[in-house]
Amino acid sequence: MSQSNIMPGFKPALGFTVVYLSLVVLIPLSTLVFNSFQLSWDDYVAIITHKRVLASFRVSFMAALIAAAIASFFGVVVAWVLVRYTFAGKRFFHALIDLPFALPTAVAGIVLATIFQPSGFLGKLLMDTVGVQVAFKPLGIVVALIFISIPFVVRTVEPVLLEFDTSMEEAAASMGASRVQIFSKIIFPNIFPAILTGFALSFARGVGEYGSVIFIAGNIPYVSEVVPLLIVTKLEQYDMEGATAIALSMLVVSFLLLFVINLLQLWARKRSGQL
Amino acid sequence: MSILLSNISKNFGQFSALDHVNLEIPEGELVALLGPSGCGKTTLLRIIAGLERADEGRVLLNGEDVTDEHVRNRGIGFVFQHYALFRHMTVFDNVAFGLRVKPRKLRPSEDQIKEKVHALLNLVQLDWLNHRFPDQLSGGQRQRIALARALAVEPSVLLLDEPFGALDASVRKDLRLWLRHLHHELNVTTIFVTHDQEEAMEVASQIVVLNHGKIEQKGSPSEIYDHPSNDFVSRFIGQTNVFHLEKDDGVWLKSAGMSLDDARGITAHVRPHNIAVVKQSDSVSSPVFLKDWQHLGATIRLELGRDGLNGSGKIIYAEMPNEQFKQLELAKGDKVALFIKHAHWFN
Repeated sequence: MSQSNIMPGFKPALGFTVVYLSLVVLIPLSTLVFNSFQLSWDDYVAIITHKRVLASFRVSFMAALIAAAIASFFGVVVAWVLVRYTFAGKRFFHALIDLPFALPTAVAGIVLATIFQPSGFLGKLLMDTVGVQVAFKPLGIVVALIFISIPFVVRTVEPVLLEFDTSMEEAAASMGASRVQIFSKIIFPNIFPAILTGFALSFARGVGEYGSVIFIAGNIPYVSEVVPLLIVTKLEQYDMEGATAIALSMLVVSFLLLFVINLLQLWARKRSGQL
Repeated sequence: MSILLSNISKNFGQFSALDHVNLEIPEGELVALLGPSGCGKTTLLRIIAGLERADEGRVLLNGEDVTDEHVRNRGIGFVFQHYALFRHMTVFDNVAFGLRVKPRKLRPSEDQIKEKVHALLNLVQLDWLNHRFPDQLSGGQRQRIALARALAVEPSVLLLDEPFGALDASVRKDLRLWLRHLHHELNVTTIFVTHDQEEAMEVASQIVVLNHGKIEQKGSPSEIYDHPSNDFVSRFIGQTNVFHLEKDDGVWLKSAGMSLDDARGITAHVRPHNIAVVKQSDSVSSPVFLKDWQHLGATIRLELGRDGLNGSGKIIYAEMPNEQFKQLELAKGDKVALFIKHAHWFN
């Protein structure tokens, strides 16, 4: 760290990072923690073990996990198509991918609710053909979360695929590997860490998502009510303590899950010799 | 396994990479595809491997037409220019890959795989690195692992694309010799691509010289060096002095004791070691001066000119052994007499 460090500017850069993280992330979040100290432990436990709260936690985290998994799969396919093939309108598709980033999430929610509601274009089709209702059900939350999280996966996997040395595939083929073997043994292990990153981003975004979800979810307590909505509801009832307690629990669970995903990523990189 | 290429053509858009190439390579040869960059040599190698499809023509391996066969079914081993080692696998897993992807019925047991991989790694003298990842190896080590990996599936043809291109000079020298020995040991038909004529001469038993998508000449290193079939081959293989009769270079030849009456073409190519140089005393009216010289190890290369020390006219090169140069006791600006021992004539 001292004289032998070749890269100059370690101290100012670290100082800047600490100050920036403190101002933007740490201080607001610690306020949340300190506020929750106004509650006694028993009150805290009573608030977060309330059946409605527990149900909303289950809905939020399950929906975010499922949506992130599905978005990871489709995101990889989309990234693959965008990198490996040339076709008319490729630039148009590229722009389309980023649209969920830019669109106000409430707009996305209203549009999705409109087409997936039982009388809507896709909602009616799904109802008539397979008998599945999407809007105003937990499934609607998953759909909304997939919509907003696709770009996270596409944009993290795409550069890795672009950089991928295709002569590795040719080498595998020359040794007799089939297409499936080439994908599963050569390509997938190399893009897996990137997929995990995309998954983690999608998941984190999905857990906290509010705008797009509330329009399509139906917000039925115990069934399709997400945690962020419950927090807003508590705030609207001037129940500051309740909102804080739920927010803090959500913070802790999210942090733990992201931490686990990061460990998984570390393991994947180590295993594939990237570290 | 013998290789037969008949009438191979390949175009990339307007550019013709290969133009009706015919080539026969008998079993067990160590062949160099030699040519300047962009001559189509790598494309030809990739067509033999099945990594590229020819627009026209057939590829026969051991008499069997494999033109439409996928690379995975051709039984070839291919070593890529930048090795293409699987960076997410250890050295051991890299070499074992070809055995592990075999269909279940043909796949050896894990114990047999282990034994075979260690045998191959011993063959390339790198068994001690079997737990490393490719990123932790030096260039020369990666090259040898790539070769061991290609050999694991017991290919009947081994194809190497610029095998020494990315290595530094001393490693390259060692690996050239090593490849020759390995070929002796395994006796598998081997083709390698190179743009370095010295490398081709040193390693190969047969050289195929390519230019602009066509084969210029095919033969053993000595045939190609001593009897170049055309102007291009003569210039490309080794150093040569080119004399154009049309451009008044005839004076050089006359002053070097050649009669222009028995000219057998319009350009004469003379290898530097085919020019004998003798010191002349100042009084003799010889027009040739020694301008400078360079040590090339065992030989000395002399720069000779006709227009004095500072002239910018044509310079020709002659080479002689170190000892002989010392005996001549030449200095810059000395007058010399030339004698051309042998020339190749082209039109």
